[in-house]
Amino acid sequence: MADLKQQIIAQLNLKDLKPEDIGDDQPLFVEGLGLDSIDALELIVLLQQEYKIKLANAEEGQDVFRSVRTMAQYIREHQPKTV
Amino acid sequence: MSTPVFIAGAGVISAIGKNIAENLSALENEIPGMGEMVHLHSVHHHKLPVAEVKMSNAELAALACMPAHISRTALLSAIAAKEALGYAAIENFSELRTGFISANTVGGMDKTEDFFVEFLNDAHRGSLRNIIHHECGAATELVADQLGIKNYISTISTACSSSANAIFFGARLIRQNMLDVVIAGGTDALTKFTLNGFNTLMIVDQQYCQPFDENRRGLNLGEGAGYIVLVSEKVAASLKNAPVCTLSGYCNANDAYHQTASSPDGTGSYLAMKGALQQSGLQSAQIDYINLHGTGTQNNDIAEGTAIKMLFEGHYPPMSSTKSFTGHTLGASGGIEAVFSTLAIQHGLIYPNLRLETPMKAFPFIPETHFKKGVSIRNILSNSFGFGGNCSSLIFSKA
Amino acid sequence: MFIQAAAGISPQPSFGALLTEPASYAGNRLSCIEPDYSQLIDPKMIRRMSRIIKMGVAAALDCLKTSATEMPGAIITGTAYGCLADTEVFLSKMIENGEELLTPTAFIQSTHNTVGAQIALLLKCHSYNNTFVHRGFSFESALLDAVTLLQEQHASTVLVGGIDELTDTSFALLSRFGLYKKDISSSKTLYDGAAKGTIAGEGAAFFLVAAKHSGKDYAQLNGLYTFYKPRDITDIEKNIQSFLSDHAIGMDDVDLVITGQNGNVHEDAIYEQLAQTTFKGKANAVFKHLCGEYPTATSFALWLAANIIKAGVVPSCTLVNSNNKHPRRILIYNHYQNTHHALYLLSAC
Repeated sequence: MADLKQQIIAQLNLKDLKPEDIGDDQPLFVEGLGLDSIDALELIVLLQQEYKIKLANAEEGQDVFRSVRTMAQYIREHQPKTV
Repeated sequence: MSTPVFIAGAGVISAIGKNIAENLSALENEIPGMGEMVHLHSVHHHKLPVAEVKMSNAELAALACMPAHISRTALLSAIAAKEALGYAAIENFSELRTGFISANTVGGMDKTEDFFVEFLNDAHRGSLRNIIHHECGAATELVADQLGIKNYISTISTACSSSANAIFFGARLIRQNMLDVVIAGGTDALTKFTLNGFNTLMIVDQQYCQPFDENRRGLNLGEGAGYIVLVSEKVAASLKNAPVCTLSGYCNANDAYHQTASSPDGTGSYLAMKGALQQSGLQSAQIDYINLHGTGTQNNDIAEGTAIKMLFEGHYPPMSSTKSFTGHTLGASGGIEAVFSTLAIQHGLIYPNLRLETPMKAFPFIPETHFKKGVSIRNILSNSFGFGGNCSSLIFSKA
Repeated sequence: MFIQAAAGISPQPSFGALLTEPASYAGNRLSCIEPDYSQLIDPKMIRRMSRIIKMGVAAALDCLKTSATEMPGAIITGTAYGCLADTEVFLSKMIENGEELLTPTAFIQSTHNTVGAQIALLLKCHSYNNTFVHRGFSFESALLDAVTLLQEQHASTVLVGGIDELTDTSFALLSRFGLYKKDISSSKTLYDGAAKGTIAGEGAAFFLVAAKHSGKDYAQLNGLYTFYKPRDITDIEKNIQSFLSDHAIGMDDVDLVITGQNGNVHEDAIYEQLAQTTFKGKANAVFKHLCGEYPTATSFALWLAANIIKAGVVPSCTLVNSNNKHPRRILIYNHYQNTHHALYLLSAC
């Protein structure tokens, strides 16, 4: 999850944050990290780029991006198996 | 009430036709302009339908009497602006104080993106001719020079509300007695830049868009240009063909909610419509037709509809989004829809909102689904809302 | 119309520094001296902002602070090139990635109205908001819009600014057009010799303008006039004369003329001819060696003029040729590539 946090920080240009500043279960949006709909779109591309996972639509992201933990779990469940 | 500003002429080119007659015919026969892209070369060509003007740059250049290597944005602009000026038929045009106020969002990007392919490989390569008209103002000047307008030239870029603001600003300069005639509106050509940009926002519909439908999926991008000729009362009185329409109200407000998203309650949209009504001295019940911004995105249509609900509760006028024909033409949309509005007043028309299957559950009103003529229309409200919270509404009234 | 406040981010540290230690530059490219933005802009918003947005927003906020205005009646910006860095990022990635795997941030921040929009968002300002993008007239159009809004009594104060950024790419491209001098050792020597080319610049300057006198104004803006592609020098002279007579004054009533020489012998010829005719014998200051040439450089000139009137002193680094230390009326005349000509008239309040 630390890698994922680092990727989130880089993708969203959260310069002032270190990976340890983001709690595993801390909400990423609104009251938590304060991310918005544009960040959700950025995270969708992150999943695609780093984990080859394609989300069908932006709404699906709402559940996936609740926290770093939900995101990591989604990645584990959906990552294409390496042959 | 302040001095009226009259509309002496109009001109349009869009995916549904290269002039007013062709556009009106497509509107009447309910033929949309979307399809697979032909002139824009994008990897998304099979996937994302666009509302393209059905002419090559060479064909547009021949019609515009301009060189074919310049930006499509300028070619589209010249064709529509000339048509508008032709209809106005102002005899002593060269003796009057004239202005050209045009809008666009990405200037000569259609050429820049070709240039950049070579430039990224080698900073010394790429034909400079392809980038010389990159600035938004360049297209405006190419056309102004061709029309022989030099007293006042300007370009506005406020995303999708750009050309509504150009019309609005032009009208104010006439009211201020700084100019006698202003050709105002906007232009935008399809570009890979904007298509991909909107696509990253996941708001481009892979089918033909369905504005104000419960199951809407997003917008289709379009291209084109639309201009109206604004004249002072004095010039209006001197014209052979008396103007049929005035610009009676306008307002620009900012949603101040998010860089791209509209606020859920449509604050900016509400303020723009309310302000335009106030300025025109009209009550909401006096509006006979609303030309919606109606892009077909989840976000725009719920915000715009919510604002309409607040303002028109109890007496909803007929309304429709002509973007269901033309696609979203961005910097041209306010201009094209201003032309459609003046034509609606002139000929008593209400345009259909194509492909409406399931009206939005949140609203008690349903957009018009059929073309109507012979309707008495005195006042039309036209909405244009854009990125950056920029919201503008215009009201056109029978002269 | 009154200029209640003027604030700028430019290649010069401040107006005070112009009097004591003006910055000079080696080479043909001047870049803005930028403040520590984290002290000025909400960190949540700053992470998406490119340089031009930060410069514009910071200058705008500084201007509001100086005038003690919480909420302007309108926000209007002028920019010829818009948000170039974001445009380049999105365009380059689009080409490199073959239109796949693109992210929205650079695109949404690339629209020309982003600076005006971000200011509105920060202030929660729902009022009139407009952006002009007409080359060398971008700032003048914005200011004219502001003037008319005040005249129409639509607003009592308007925040208006001119912003353009220079990026590595735009500098490389404009250099290919032959715009800049190749061998200039210092910006101080910009006007020496009869050579082609100028030096590149950038900046953000914002003004809070008001219909009414506030008692603490920088200056009064008496007039603004633009003309496009004049036929010849006689046409230019005629335009200047008629601008002055529209304001019921003559050249004798002007204490200082600020002109836009940029070191390009072809473009400066116009100013030289005027120095022999219309501007003959007038105190004359120049500014483009201080900010570089760019389409909205007149916003720097207006910032300079407003500060000169307020401070009652003309910085000697403007190469002013007069001893009149206390100009009460200033005329600014600038042309951009002999296409966009602009005149401003300012006076002490």
